[in-house]
Amino acid sequence: MPEDAQTLRRGPLHDRHVAAGAKLIEFAGWEMPVQYEGIRAEHLAVRARAGVFDVSHMGQIATRGPQASELLQRLLSGDVRKLPVGGAQYGVICREDGGVLDDLITYRLAECEYLTVSNAANHDKDLAWFSEHAGGYDADVLDLIDRFAMLAVQGPRARAIVRQLSDGAPPGRMHVFERSVAGAAAVVCGTGYTGEAGVELLLDPADAPAVWDALLDAGAVPAGLGARDTLRLEVCFPLYGNDLSEERGPIEAGLGWCCAEGTGFIGSDAVARARLSPATHAPQRLAAFVLDGPGIPRPGNGIGQGGVVTSGTMSPSLKRGIGMGYVNAAHATPGTPLTIDVRGTERAATVHRKPIYSKEA
Amino acid sequence: MADASYPDDLLYHAEHDWARVDPAHPDQATLGITWYAQDSLGEIVFFDPPKQGTTLTKDSPYTEVESVKAVSDVMAPLSGEVIAVNDALADTPEQINDDPYGEGWLVKISLSDPSESESLMDAAAYEATLD
Repeated sequence: MPEDAQTLRRGPLHDRHVAAGAKLIEFAGWEMPVQYEGIRAEHLAVRARAGVFDVSHMGQIATRGPQASELLQRLLSGDVRKLPVGGAQYGVICREDGGVLDDLITYRLAECEYLTVSNAANHDKDLAWFSEHAGGYDADVLDLIDRFAMLAVQGPRARAIVRQLSDGAPPGRMHVFERSVAGAAAVVCGTGYTGEAGVELLLDPADAPAVWDALLDAGAVPAGLGARDTLRLEVCFPLYGNDLSEERGPIEAGLGWCCAEGTGFIGSDAVARARLSPATHAPQRLAAFVLDGPGIPRPGNGIGQGGVVTSGTMSPSLKRGIGMGYVNAAHATPGTPLTIDVRGTERAATVHRKPIYSKEA
Repeated sequence: MADASYPDDLLYHAEHDWARVDPAHPDQATLGITWYAQDSLGEIVFFDPPKQGTTLTKDSPYTEVESVKAVSDVMAPLSGEVIAVNDALADTPEQINDDPYGEGWLVKISLSDPSESESLMDAAAYEATLD
């Protein structure tokens, strides 16, 4: 138990987590479940069946008004004009110099209404950034973090489980609409952070315990932030604070695909320079790798060819040490051998194409 | 994982390690981590054993165990030289969780100063240090 547990925020499912035997940790100012039965068991349950994650610590920012689209086009790296009502879009927000402030998913709920889900640790910073740039636009920026609990239901059976509790089929990948789930009004999003099929549910916090119970009754197992991290790393989804930071740009991070520099978003000039002249402006790349032998890479481990590990763990699916790290572009090609300095022991690794884990593999 | 247990026949170090000194071989000890240590770490997924012949110094780390999320140093409860390592843990590190005082033993050492045992705690004293 963290020493300052009294000052940590607790979500509406805290009692459920305690009842389920969760080990609770501090995460971005929240007291959140890191595991229940065990990280490996929860990870494998999500890969094989379905798990439910409480991600109520994540933030929500609404952008509403006649010029909501124009404001978001200025803030978000993606082309917001290509985001239809009922759609979802992944993107980053950047500083003028291209440094990544956060990575987030934006849902278009109505013609002039968007909901952006932020990382917990960045929520206040993001909200200030949105508000600061809203001047001059006929649009309102609202903090909705207290209005929503958020559950991620992920795994091959996740959609069927949500379907049986709903008044209709859940939305497909990168789509969103409202549904009744276990009798509660929910914004159901076809998104996730595990590489599995599934949905994320935005709920009134007061409804969250009953929906949680119904999902468990329907066969989803509680899964914690520990499994969420191993699942996302196996499929090479970057984690802000590890793989993404203000010191790195989206091109280095391999996120050029979600940047539409032609829209003129803040930082687009820097991103365009990095894309056109990577040798000068983006000399390193976020590479995924697998250790050739035993050992577990960890964030901060040096990479012999130049670079540093930003995420590392033991892959429950592959039973191998896996990770991501920034290396010079010449060493980022799949198949390239790397040497990872794991606290003084040199461990051989090989750059892997992303994702490291896929169902077909 | 079994329930918490702290066998009476072991000696305990405050950093959550145990030592078993066999009365038939009072100059040797088998070492491992306690139930509390493995429970705090969670599922152990990697143990990189020290080599035979490695010298251990009481109260200094001699190896690491890793769970999915974290690396933890293992402190030497006693000084000596490694004469055997539990090679089976390379393939089944979860034995440290499942049976921390049995199949999950880490190393066996020949003691350089058997009298150091007197500074270790018995089970009751160690349990009293846990919250």
